Amino acid sequence: MNKVVGNAQEAIQGVKDGMTFMLGGFGLCGIPENAISALRDSAVKNITCISNNAGVDDFGLGLLLQTKQIKKMVSSYVGENDEFERQMLSGELEVDLIPQGSLAERCRAGGAGIPAFFTPAGYGTEVAEGKEVRDFNGKPHVLELALTADFAFVKAWKGDRAGNLIFKSTARNFNPLMAMAGKITVAEVEELVPEGELDPNFIHTPGIFVQRIFEGKNYEKRIEQKTVRSR
Amino acid sequence: MLGKKEIAQRIAQELQNGWYVNLGIGIPTLVANFVPAGITVEFQSENGILGMGPFPFDGEEDADLINAGKQTVTLQAGASIFDSATSFAMIRGQHVQLTVLGAMEVAENGDIANWKIPGRMVKGMGGAMDLVASAENIIVAMMHTNKKGESKLLKQCSLPLTGVGCVTKVVTNLAVMEIKDGAFHLLERAPGVSVDEIKAATEGSLIVDGDIPEMTFD
Repeated sequence: MNKVVGNAQEAIQGVKDGMTFMLGGFGLCGIPENAISALRDSAVKNITCISNNAGVDDFGLGLLLQTKQIKKMVSSYVGENDEFERQMLSGELEVDLIPQGSLAERCRAGGAGIPAFFTPAGYGTEVAEGKEVRDFNGKPHVLELALTADFAFVKAWKGDRAGNLIFKSTARNFNPLMAMAGKITVAEVEELVPEGELDPNFIHTPGIFVQRIFEGKNYEKRIEQKTVRSR
Repeated sequence: MLGKKEIAQRIAQELQNGWYVNLGIGIPTLVANFVPAGITVEFQSENGILGMGPFPFDGEEDADLINAGKQTVTLQAGASIFDSATSFAMIRGQHVQLTVLGAMEVAENGDIANWKIPGRMVKGMGGAMDLVASAENIIVAMMHTNKKGESKLLKQCSLPLTGVGCVTKVVTNLAVMEIKDGAFHLLERAPGVSVDEIKAATEGSLIVDGDIPEMTFD
């Protein structure tokens, strides 16, 4: 099966105002850099972005915040972005903050056909307000609903034409889960290879979860906190 | 009175052989520097690492390999990498034996607040809510008072909660305290700090039972 498209512009064909997108990555690690640039250039607006973080002011999803294309963010941690905090506190941006494990599992559940699940996370906090609470094994749990998206944009290290993906180090993070939960999942990879080149034993995301794939360009891979030790 | 490093060093004395440990951002991260000799633990980072190693040497940092604080790190021999859902399965499934995290406030019943100051600061909870709701052994590392000198160990948290009744121990610049039966139980004093000073800096109920020893460091 050949799912290859020419570039990021082709890969985002069909995005429309008001849609919900998932974007993989943790901080700036493993984010779909090419797709984010293409979305900015497309000027699609009023979008809802489900992403663990919101980038920094001038990179990652921060680029789409600058252009006010994002109506709502669904995230777990947004502390690295001043523009985000400004838009949120002023009420310009709707924000749904979700415990990180619940966010990951809600994406996984969305892709796995599980409509909802109970988790202890958030019980007794404002996150649980308005949600069903039920005791299991003597402990209260909160009902969380699955998440899906019109498009999921993920970034992998290597991929083949059939959409099979391999991630590198912690750039994996939310990418495999979001790949499962997208109605159309767009994978950008650093290296695109023919079928048969990747060892089936080491595929992280099977191609069935990927609808479009392309080789990305000019990865900046910005480091948020460079921390080193002396020799 | 302890500095941040000594707080981390004191918490490291709690580590037991064979434990998997999740360290939060800030003082908790420093705990990794003080693992006692003869103790082997593996550090879990919720963005998808088991067996996290020290910071890389300058020039060897890898943008694809970071910890939950977005800092560049390395892997130890025997490390593994996984996605975020698997990571929180480890946490929620209680496969991680110890969680160390920072806090803005802790209450005498074990409630913790560390993610939001309404109208002023909203960074989000990250993985903290999952961690505190699931772990059985939760140590908070923090200063005893805030910048205004007000106690952070309270009868009741004033900020939005991260979790309820979950903190088991608090290590501050002044003291080590266990939380049980709705009170802080004073276990150890920082070197040179009196019980009266700790009482004065603690708004919540503080139980002082017998002579309270000073912390010792090797």
